[in-house]
Parts: sequence; structure tokens; C-alpha cells
Amino acid sequence: MDGTIALFLIQDGITNGAIYALLAVALVLVFAVTRVILIPQGDFVTFGGLSLAALEMGRVPGSVAMLLALAAGAMVMDLVAARHDFRAKRIGAILLRTLVPAGLISGAVVLLAPLQLGPAVSILLTACLVIPMGPYLYRIAFQPLARASVLVLLIASVGAHLAMTGLGLVFFGAEGYRTAPLIDANFQIGPLFVSAQSLLVIGATVVLLVLLSVFFGRTLIGKALRASAINQRGARIVGISTELSGRVAFAMAAAIGIVSAILIAPLTTLYYDSGFLIGLKGFVAAIIGGLSAYVPAVGAAFALGIVESFSSFWASAFKEVIVFMSILPILLWRSIWSPPHDDEEE
Amino acid sequence: MSRQWVGFAVFAVVMLAVPAVPFIPDYWVTLLAFVGVSSLVALGLVLLTGVGGMTSFGQAAFVGFGAYATALLSTSYGWSPWPTLLVSIAVTAVAALVIGLVTVRLKGHFLPLGTIAWGISFYYLFGNLQFIGAYDGIQGVPPLSIFGTELLSGRAFYPVIWVIVLAAIALTLNLLDSRVGRAIRALRSGAAAAESVGVNIWTAKLAVFVYAAVLAGIAGWLYAHFQRAVTPGAFGLNAGIEYLLMAVVGGAGHVYGAVLGAGIVTILKDLLQDWLPLVFGQGGNYEGIVFGILLVALLQGARTGFWPLLASLFPKPGARRILDAEPLGHEGAGTDNPLLEVREARKTFGGLVAVNDVSFQVKPGEIVGLIGPNGAGKSTTFNLVTGVTRLTAGQIVFRSQTITGLAPARVARRRIARTFQHVKLSPAMTVLDNVAIGAHLRTRAGFFSGMLALDRTEERRIFSEAARQLQRVGLADRMHIEAGALSLGEQRLAEIARALCLDPVLLLLDEPAAGLRHGEKQALATLIETLRDDGMSVLLVEHDMDFVMRLTNHIVVLDFGSKIAEGSPQEVRQNPAVIEAYLGADL
Repeated sequence: MDGTIALFLIQDGITNGAIYALLAVALVLVFAVTRVILIPQGDFVTFGGLSLAALEMGRVPGSVAMLLALAAGAMVMDLVAARHDFRAKRIGAILLRTLVPAGLISGAVVLLAPLQLGPAVSILLTACLVIPMGPYLYRIAFQPLARASVLVLLIASVGAHLAMTGLGLVFFGAEGYRTAPLIDANFQIGPLFVSAQSLLVIGATVVLLVLLSVFFGRTLIGKALRASAINQRGARIVGISTELSGRVAFAMAAAIGIVSAILIAPLTTLYYDSGFLIGLKGFVAAIIGGLSAYVPAVGAAFALGIVESFSSFWASAFKEVIVFMSILPILLWRSIWSPPHDDEEE
Repeated sequence: MSRQWVGFAVFAVVMLAVPAVPFIPDYWVTLLAFVGVSSLVALGLVLLTGVGGMTSFGQAAFVGFGAYATALLSTSYGWSPWPTLLVSIAVTAVAALVIGLVTVRLKGHFLPLGTIAWGISFYYLFGNLQFIGAYDGIQGVPPLSIFGTELLSGRAFYPVIWVIVLAAIALTLNLLDSRVGRAIRALRSGAAAAESVGVNIWTAKLAVFVYAAVLAGIAGWLYAHFQRAVTPGAFGLNAGIEYLLMAVVGGAGHVYGAVLGAGIVTILKDLLQDWLPLVFGQGGNYEGIVFGILLVALLQGARTGFWPLLASLFPKPGARRILDAEPLGHEGAGTDNPLLEVREARKTFGGLVAVNDVSFQVKPGEIVGLIGPNGAGKSTTFNLVTGVTRLTAGQIVFRSQTITGLAPARVARRRIARTFQHVKLSPAMTVLDNVAIGAHLRTRAGFFSGMLALDRTEERRIFSEAARQLQRVGLADRMHIEAGALSLGEQRLAEIARALCLDPVLLLLDEPAAGLRHGEKQALATLIETLRDDGMSVLLVEHDMDFVMRLTNHIVVLDFGSKIAEGSPQEVRQNPAVIEAYLGADL
């Protein structure tokens, strides 16, 4: 290996690491607020990327059906919860937050998709399609379990991922897509070719991380989310609804998923199930930060990206083995040094 | 024969009769054969997850170890399939031992996350190793044969699978009802309690982990010879999730729940694969959608799975009969003076000094009270003595030997027993079973003798001892109900009975009288006095001052982590510092 290759691998690692960093932040965010270990995080990336690709080609993306399915699911859950109090007003409210917005968004997408209005509109439409999936998913799978143990939430999360990936195959098909780069240019810095897209990835990640820290530090809702993260019951007592913070956290996770999708879709071909592995790597990084700290998680994500790119150079067949096995010593270390707590459940 | 074994016999006859019934189509016989293979894996998961409290998403990897071991040996090396069964078991056991050493140490949700990590890794490993055919796997695995007849059809193979499944169920039922089994059952909700009576919980966890993996490995061996081909796809994370789903669907705490869950999931998957593509058009992983939704719905609506619903249709197993048996060995009381010596014990949590250089002694045959307002460090002191919490500085000396830094299970070996301020019983086990765990260190039966029911004489002795101790604390008429159904006061008494089963020299009681009615308190005080008269020493934390003053010979008073007074009840009662600490409380 010479210096050029090493530099190339580092560049590649940092680009991937930036994506993992975004996902790690989303996972930490969701875990802190809801205690859900969000295995379907990667699915948001896939849905975002595949929607972009479809809109770019002037097709109606499968996420329209996905959004309608999730909205319908959320509606059913709300109706079941309201079954002892069937008043027109209440049913109206349920429809207004489930099928009506999902229907309007879907209608808009169906009308606008064939017009191919360019990347900005595609991104906007994708955001409208995918972001609401977060809160709907929370409503269906996790809200009824809000008081369950982390373990139960984790199993539910795996179940949700299984269903989401299955639906992804139905709605998007088995074919893989890649989108056109947002900026198509290459620079040469010394011996190194740098694509504008990778610079965009790193830049966008940094900007998003800064925006998130402003959000948590300066805005009321951000502070409310932090309060829920620190003490859910306390937050409830001062009037911060667990449900609202859950939905906001999931919406943000979906939004971060889309940003990752925009950044990664031009670099790699996305299939209906690619999100899982990408998400899991974000997840490895999040765990290194103990699922509770943003800065170590981001650092770990970059380190992981670099480890991954070097292992794909030296032992490409065993890249995934190396990446996922590397988490075990960290989990062990975390288990031994975490303060003693009652593992035992009721 | 107990009802449990009548039930097993009926089940065994029904399952083994299936292939002999001519009107059951081959299709269903084959499907039930697959249910059997999955049942083995799910059975392991029931033990691991439902009973032992360790959730694994990676169980499919162990199926892979078993399957690849036999597939490789019987194709490339020409071994006959039967001897490879032992190799499959050995390979899986060794793999599980290595993986388990790390995995069982993981805490809380880190454990299932760890299983996801190695579950994925092994899939990629299987898929990238050339000598086992990489992603193509190994084709042309020879079939099993018995007396020269090759078992090619589902109908022919079925008995092999179900004989193994039934044997596994019988062995597992035995195991759960044994000394090691009770320790395993206590892992989930009473690990600290099991440790306090000398159970090495790491060994227990590792044992259950390896046992579950070996069951999966045997399933892999069956799978390889039944399918006649092995590919990595069957051992990936999705397969692992499906196995876990089986355990959850069936009811993760029940042996037959494994079979029920495997049946529901396997048959459902088959039906979905046949029918859903007709409804939705070709292609798609529809069973994934249904399974995912099913898993979430079960967690939301029926977390105990379907087995308890089905089990309620059958008669409940009868109460265990207590038979006369030779009493367990009893060792004499300690005569070392002092028996226990706490020397400048110190514990800090960050900047907080919970226990501040506290020293005191417990003499043989003495009842010592440890009192103080809330937050005085009494329970922390208990935890320091019993090894639950590590000392920051200082020494604990017991019978002239230092026990500083010993793990709780090691402290228990010195015959120090304790109860807990927050009661730690396994609510789903009977009171008797909970108490029987207390005799762990006085008995020897191991994993295999439990599994093969070679431990029955010793078991009778254990239960006769447990019943005797329950009688002593006044719970004789409550011993056959679930511990969760006891009142709080009764639960405290059950904990005392469990501690007494250890045959302790020193008994530590953490608020034993809390939640007891007046009459019960009197009875408890009498019991403690009897124990003292038998030569046992008692250290007790208690808020009921009448109780403490009446019972103890010596009192140590803590406030904000420091010892502020000690002496006879009379001396302590008149000590101004104590009166101030209690702010005028009537001593």
C-alpha cells in the first residue's frame, strides 16, 4: 500500500463515516427520547433514496403506497384506542392526522412526479413522503409500548424492521437504483482525486450536526426532547407529552434518514434492503458512544468508516465480519464499566 | 407418574403416531418434520430467553455450525452421517463456549445487540469461506440411513427428528426441575438472590447458553441431512429473528411453547409463501411483513405468547409431594470471636461517601442491629459485607479470614446468608422452589445428572429441607403457590427461609419485619431468638424500633454513612447523638 492508496481509503472512509455519523446521531436521538433502539433507521434511508431515484425518472415512487399503508395502520391504531368514545369529532381528528395528510401528499406526488421538476422538488417531495413515516411508525409499533423495557422495545423494533423491509420489497421492487450526483465534479488535491459529492457529504454532515446542536440547545422543542431523554416521568409531570416527543424524535430520525439518502444515493446503488446494513453501522457507532452521547458516536462513526474502507482493501470478503465483530469488545467494555444497574425485569 | 409426565407421554404418542397415519398427506408430515427441527432451536431459545432472560437474535448461527460441520464431513471427507452428529454437537458447543464467554457478560440490552452483531458476522463468514462453498453452500449432503435404508422422504425422516425433539423436551423438563435448573430459572428475576446463596450466575448463564446452542446445532445436523443441502441464507439474522419469533409466539417461558411457536410460525410461513403471492402477484418477502407485524402485535397484546392460553385448557400440574428424606448435612455454628469484623469500611459513589470508615463487630451467638435514618448507608453496608458492592477502602474479616473483595457467591460459601430490602424472589416459581435454591451450596447435583434425573435422592433431601425451613418461618401452608402471589410480608419470610436453607453461621436480615402484622412480627422475633439460641449470629437492619430494641444484644447506629454510636440497646437509647439523628423519634 502506498500513500496515495492510503489517502484514497481515508477519503472513502471519511465519506462513509459521515453517513454513519448522521445515522448514529439519529439513533442516539431516538434512543435517548424513547428508549427505542431504532433498527428500521436504515429503512428510512432506503425509502428516501429509492423515492429520489423514482422521482428523478419521473415515476411515482413506491413510498406513496408505503406512506398510505403506514397512515392507514396509524389510523387503525387510533380508532382502536378510541373505540369506547366514537364521536364524529374524534374520528374526524383521527382522519385529519392520518389518512388526510397522507392522501394529500400522495395526491401531490402522483400529480407532480411525471413533470420531472428537478432535484429540489424531488427532495421536497421525498421529504413530504418519508418524514411522516417516522411518526406513523412510532404510533403503530412503539407508542403502545411506551412503558415497556428496552428489551421489549428492541424486539418490537426488530419486528418493525422485518415488516418495513418486506413492505419495501413489495412497493419498490427488487431492483437497485442510484441517483445522479447533485454536483458532478472532481477536484485534484495533490495526488488525490476528490469527488464533489464526497465533499458535499462531509459538508452536509457537519452542517446538520451543527443545526442539531442548535436545535437541542436553543429551541423549546429541542429542550423538551432533552428533558424527556433525561427523565421521561419528570418531563411528563411538567407537561411534555411522551407521545409528542416520541413522534418528533421519529420524524427527525426519518428526516436524517432522507439527508443520508440524498448524500449516499449517488455514491452507491440502493436496494430495498440496503438500508439495514448502512443503518447497523451507524448503530455500531452509536453503541460505541453508549447510545447516549452524540460526540463520541460521531467520532466513532468516522473511525468505523475508515476501519471499513481499510478492511475492504485488505480483506474485502470479511469486511462485514470485521466491522460487526468489532462491536463485541466494545459492548463488553461498556457492560463491565457501566454502573451496576438492575438488569432484571419484572 | 406426575401429571407433567402423563402430559409428556400423551404428547409423545401423538407426535410419533403422525407418520403412521395413512390419511395425513406427505405434505403435512414433511411440514411437521420441519416444525420438529425448528422446535429444537426454539426450545433452546425458551431456555435462554424466556427462562434465563438472555434474548438472542443469533441462534440461527449455531444451527449453521451444526449443519456445516456435518455437511462438510459427510461430503468432502466421506464420513457417515451418524458419527458426525457428535462432531456437530462438539463444534457447536465449542463455538458457543467461546461466543458465550463474551455474550453472557453483556448487560441489559447490550446482550441482544451483541447477538445481532455476531449473528450477522457469522452469516458473512459462512458466505465468504471457500472451503464450505461460500454463498453457494454445500450441495449433495448424503441422507441419513438406518439399517441400510436411506431416509429420503419426509415420512421416513420424521421419526428421527421427533425422537430427538421428544428426548430434548424430556431432558429439558428434567433439567428445569433440578438444582442447576432452579438456578437457571432464577437468573431472570432473581439473579442477585441466587448469587447470595452461592449460585455462580456466570456459570449458570454460560451453561444455558451452550445448552441452547447445542440444541440449535443438533437442529442444524438434522436440517443438513433432511434438506440435503446447506446454504448460508438459512443461518442469517432473518432466520435468527424467526426463531426468536417462534419462542415469543409460543410463550418464551414454556417448554411446550417452543413446539407451539415453531408449529405456528413454520406452518404460517408455508401458507403465506403459497398464498400471498397469489393475492399480491409474484415476488416478495410477504412472510417477513406478516411476521414483523405479528411480533409487534404480540408484544403489544399478548406478551406471554399463546401457550398459556392453551395450557389453561389442561389440568394444572399437582403440588410437589414432600417425602421424608435424610436431612442435608449441617455444620456447627462459628465460635471465632469476633465472628464478623468490619474494619473502617468505606464506599464512595463519585463524590458521595455512602459508608464512611465504619467499623463494628458481630460476636458469635449475638443479634446485632444496624439502625439509622433513611440514607444512612445501612443497605450499602450489607452489600459491602456480602460482596455485592466493592469496598473503596477497608476490610471485612469473617472467622479470622478476610473476605474483602470476594464475589457474593464466594461470600455465601463462607456461610453468610442474607435477605434483601427489595425482595428478590422469582415470582413465577413456587415458594418452595424459590426456597430450595437456598440449599444450592449444600448439594452437588450437576447439569447432566439433573438432565438425566440421577439427582432424585438429593432432590428429595433438598425439598424436605426447604419445607422444613418454610415451616419454621410459618409459611408451610403457602409453599405450593407462586411466590408472586405472596403478600410482601410473606415474601420477606420466604426470603428468610431461603437464607436458612444455606445453613448459615451469620444471617443478614434487611428490614425483615417491614410489611408484617403485629402477630407475625412476634413470631419472627421468636424465630430469630431461636436461631440465636442455636448458635447463629444475626445482623439486622430494621426501622421498627420496638422490634430492634427487644431483640438485639448490640446496636450500631449510622447516620449519613458514619457510625455515630454503638452499644447495648439501653446505651444507644440514651445517646444524645442518636436522639438528634432521629430528631426526637421515640426510642
